[in-house]
Amino acid sequence: MIKVLLANIDKPDQVKIEKYRERGGYKALEKTLAMEQSAVIEEVKASGLRGRGGAGFPTGMKWSFVPRNTGKQTFLLCNADESEPGTFKDRLLMERDPHMMIEGMAIAAYALNCHLAYIYLRGEYEFIAYTIQQALDEAYQAKMLGPSVFGRDYSLDIHLHLGQGAYICGEETSLIESLEGYRGYPRLKPPFPAVSGFLASPTVVNNVETLCAVPWIMLNGAAAYAAMGTEKSKGTKLFSVSGHVARPGTYEVELGYPLMDFINNEAGGVTGKLKAVIPGGSSVPVLTAAECDGVNLDYESLLKAGSMLGSGGMIVFNDSIKMPEVLSVIADFYAHESCGQCTPCREGTGWAAKIMRNLVAGNGKRSDIDLLYKIVDMMEGKTICPLADADVMPIRSFVTKFRAEFEAMCAR
Amino acid sequence: MIEFSETAHQRYEQILKRYPEKRAAVLPVLTLAQREFGWISPEVAEYVGNLMGYPASDMLSVASFYTMLHKRPVGKYHIEVCRNVSCWLMGTYRCVDEIKRRLNIGLGEVTPDGKFSLALTECLGSCGTAPAMQVGDRYFENLTPEGVAEILEKLSND
Repeated sequence: MIKVLLANIDKPDQVKIEKYRERGGYKALEKTLAMEQSAVIEEVKASGLRGRGGAGFPTGMKWSFVPRNTGKQTFLLCNADESEPGTFKDRLLMERDPHMMIEGMAIAAYALNCHLAYIYLRGEYEFIAYTIQQALDEAYQAKMLGPSVFGRDYSLDIHLHLGQGAYICGEETSLIESLEGYRGYPRLKPPFPAVSGFLASPTVVNNVETLCAVPWIMLNGAAAYAAMGTEKSKGTKLFSVSGHVARPGTYEVELGYPLMDFINNEAGGVTGKLKAVIPGGSSVPVLTAAECDGVNLDYESLLKAGSMLGSGGMIVFNDSIKMPEVLSVIADFYAHESCGQCTPCREGTGWAAKIMRNLVAGNGKRSDIDLLYKIVDMMEGKTICPLADADVMPIRSFVTKFRAEFEAMCAR
Repeated sequence: MIEFSETAHQRYEQILKRYPEKRAAVLPVLTLAQREFGWISPEVAEYVGNLMGYPASDMLSVASFYTMLHKRPVGKYHIEVCRNVSCWLMGTYRCVDEIKRRLNIGLGEVTPDGKFSLALTECLGSCGTAPAMQVGDRYFENLTPEGVAEILEKLSND
């Protein structure tokens, strides 16, 4: 299997620019700078690359929405606010191969005619900030960044910006508000960031993994990338797997790879008897063991199975676990992370968390289960950003698929 | 009256240069202030506000949105243990109990000597190396109660 993202991840000193260049790094940028900006966007469009942060929006299309000649500068923001529970893939890329992200950003910035870009890194990842800053300094020194990138008439500055602990800032409009120096309240769309984002200027927000795939695409061609994966899910994707598996970690597979093969081969198999899998971060619907059979790791197959690919943060549960207890942990998370801007989310996430705590403590009533359904109905689709929906999906799927466990807890 | 040290002042000037508009520097400057003064007290918020030209209430409002900006004093070593799904699955609360027992403090509390404080935190992105905790800018992963005891021992001798 071809590795687009992790090809050099275990090689010594890959964080250093000399080693990165020795192994083919920054060649894609050099090649790109000789192309028309619009041709770069077309190439990424043709690759079929989709946003790897969770939403799966086609990257090239996102870039093409940026209006030209508005008189305003265009911004590129790299979303390194990885906070979706179960997700630890971007971290690996930044810790071990930071120049790949920088090169991807430089290519994207050039295509967008952007001269100022930021990496929004979650504050908890400060220990990686040192690695990234060093890589940025090296890139400036080697003239891969700065007033004249590769000696050409193109300037680019990239700055590192640290968040300070807020899950919601991974949502792109919240990230922009936060970068502007405010509370990270998500914005209503439209206007979309492509038209009016950071400082009311055209802005593209791309996830770390998305940007890391760009150099490979530019070097090897869109067709080579699109040859991997399925019809609608092209290329490769990182999946970070944790929980009850023998070898938790981050693995790269071609999209369309069978879920159970991934768990049994890459992750080394389930420790104990498989009970359930959250395939794409805590926000996506859970799959029962029976539902996992025949499911492939791509956008369509997971959707068809009633879940989502999300961020690729996979959590595996064996049968020693009580699912209502898991849901209580998840419900507490969303209650804590709701920004409080929209009433259905602020109140709904809190109510759901309280009901779940009560239920797990053995004080639940059967009517609480119906109340949970009622609450999620009042939350779903009624808020500015998708955080409420991200709570609704686990609640509804856990309760529906493991209802007997919830009822048994209430009976006590 | 509190004031930035000379180094912090230089750092402040550098931060401002990174952004086309001053307002965008608010979060990094609050972070810098916390590093200088330990936490975002009303006095610190007022100082940052005066420095940047915003009301203190505005600075406190921003700070109150972000969990890593402390609105009350924390220990020299602020221990934050991940409570989210994968860490919970791998036994995070056994480690939390061990820390509570050894430091004789509860969640949200500071040891009398001001050296340690303890809190739970949300997903640290260490799900594959769970359970995990963060102390300042350091991560400790694959925790066990025994391992936690060792870490605390090392930190208290620092």
